[in-house]
Amino acid sequence: MNATLQVEVTAIDQLTPTIRAIELTAIGEPLPAFSAGSHVTVHLPTDPAHRNAYSLACSPSDPGSYRLAVRHDVAGAGGSRWIHEQLAEGRVLRIERPCNFFAPIRTARHQLLIAGGIGITPFVSYAHQLSRDAASFELHYAVRAADELPFLDELLDLCGERLHVYVDPDGSALMKALRDTVLTGQPLGTHLSVCGPGAMMDAVTGAAAELGWPAARVHVERFSLPGGERTPFVAIDHLSHRRIAVTAEQTLLEALEDAGYEMPYLCRQGICGQCLTTVRAGAPDHRDVYLTPEERGSGTLIMPCVSRAAAAPLVLELPRCAA
Amino acid sequence: MRGVSLVHDSLAGFPFPFDADTYMYSTNVEPAEAPRVTEVGGWGGRVYDVDEHYESEIAQRAQILAADATRCQVLPHMRQAAWDVVEHATEHLARDFPGRFTLHREGDLRHWLNRPLNIERRFRVGDEDSLGSEPFEWITRQLQEDIELLDQRGDKLYLDAGILTFGADWSLDFDLGMEFLEIHGPVPRVHQLGVIPRAHRFLLSLQPGPAFRRTNWTMTVDRRLDTGVEVYPEWGPDRAALRYEEIGRRLHLRVEVQHFVRLPRSNAVMFPIHTYLAPLDAIAAVPVWSHRLRAVLASLPDDLVDYKGLTRYRDMAVTWLDQHDA
Repeated sequence: MNATLQVEVTAIDQLTPTIRAIELTAIGEPLPAFSAGSHVTVHLPTDPAHRNAYSLACSPSDPGSYRLAVRHDVAGAGGSRWIHEQLAEGRVLRIERPCNFFAPIRTARHQLLIAGGIGITPFVSYAHQLSRDAASFELHYAVRAADELPFLDELLDLCGERLHVYVDPDGSALMKALRDTVLTGQPLGTHLSVCGPGAMMDAVTGAAAELGWPAARVHVERFSLPGGERTPFVAIDHLSHRRIAVTAEQTLLEALEDAGYEMPYLCRQGICGQCLTTVRAGAPDHRDVYLTPEERGSGTLIMPCVSRAAAAPLVLELPRCAA
Repeated sequence: MRGVSLVHDSLAGFPFPFDADTYMYSTNVEPAEAPRVTEVGGWGGRVYDVDEHYESEIAQRAQILAADATRCQVLPHMRQAAWDVVEHATEHLARDFPGRFTLHREGDLRHWLNRPLNIERRFRVGDEDSLGSEPFEWITRQLQEDIELLDQRGDKLYLDAGILTFGADWSLDFDLGMEFLEIHGPVPRVHQLGVIPRAHRFLLSLQPGPAFRRTNWTMTVDRRLDTGVEVYPEWGPDRAALRYEEIGRRLHLRVEVQHFVRLPRSNAVMFPIHTYLAPLDAIAAVPVWSHRLRAVLASLPDDLVDYKGLTRYRDMAVTWLDQHDA
């Protein structure tokens, strides 16, 4: 099982009308060092329980405390709502050690970073690390409205003229700048990294592909996977025949954990492959980016951290159950 | 029985690698720092091991580096990873061998004591000037392990730094900068078995925190740690010259305990390799090991025998183990 760390919420900052920063300070053991682009999974004491992954939006060289930024997602499963409506300073939370699936490319001649909205969070740690390392980079930061610009002063201090801000209600200003100059005027050896809403990342990577960027030079942080509707379904343990109900608010992984199964996992975002589970019967609704098209087609594998099922129950091969 | 007990003492920490009578490549990865009990002792409690060969292996490493500087290389973008290794190794050695190593930490200041080598150094993490040396070579000159560092770029891992003075017939200078799948191109069977792609996926998803490990093995004539490609003329001919009556004394089972660690600040994958050698005389004194090694060698497919370089003496070794089976 993943070891967890106990942290105390030592500050809550309402950065914008919809975004809160929370500062987490270690209780006991010092917080582990981490690399730019890392995230932590936070165990939220909601009902049902949620474990949400958030980028570490702070300097990697000073892990005295961690800072996360959370957008109030009214349509979400309830984790961000709990953070915005219930969480108070002094609260003790459990988090997991930092993980990284979006690290900077250290051999890049130049790094072109593009953030949309709350997708700025991983680039806060990037800006700290790259400016400290005197690496060549520029950051393009697009938001819907002028009052939704968290971290602006800090980023200006770190980036100076390397920061480009777009207040861009429909996304057209960013895309025009990208097509006109930003994506076309980079030196050979530049790496492009994008984080933001799915549609924005698709537009940016699509434009880069059209303009001849090699795929190996383009990197995305799949902040939120293509969602789709979340409906309740049932999973069945093929050995014990136990039925586990998965509510619309839960992931399959969360429901299995609640039921006492010791599931391996890391990213909880359908990227890392740790929670890979064998399907004995039923039709998985795949929402991950880990399985190959052949593996998806076989219908015998599922990533329970993001993928679900339609109506019919999923019969699964599961690890040991503590309950 | 005096001789036998001496043999047992020197084997107490030997990581005998076989738990079945046949051998095939597998992704035999397990959590690290979990002690394993063997017939004569145990191993595996630590990522870095410091054993009775520490001073002599450190001296051998220094000689090899003096003769051939390509054995330790760090590409410029691996500077952060080099400092990660300094932090990881000093912290683990001080924790696991407190009588021999001490580390005092205050912010990013370090005070390091290595008693066996009589090294005392005060330095600031990330500051080469304060250390007075290139950090990766500085720390690996105090370790028995070879260490390779893989930089992750997207979904690929590149061997971009390392030290290899005790390698089993490969060359850091040749492989430096290669991607993980390219490095393992010549290994027989592993591609068809899916072992390498699985290992690759495992390493890509490895995260900071708990380390993992596996063992690998081959055989070496004499207690020779440096069977590098660069010095092949020094050791290659021994494989053909080995005589039956020398087997027990000269032929060694060579076991690598390999660890996998994701380094926290650089996000590089660190791959420490500790090589252990035991002569067949010593193996033969432990009946379970002797019997198992004989069975593994006898059943090893020819392509693996060739790849491991055992062709010239495999049959002789099987016969010798038969004769010495208690």
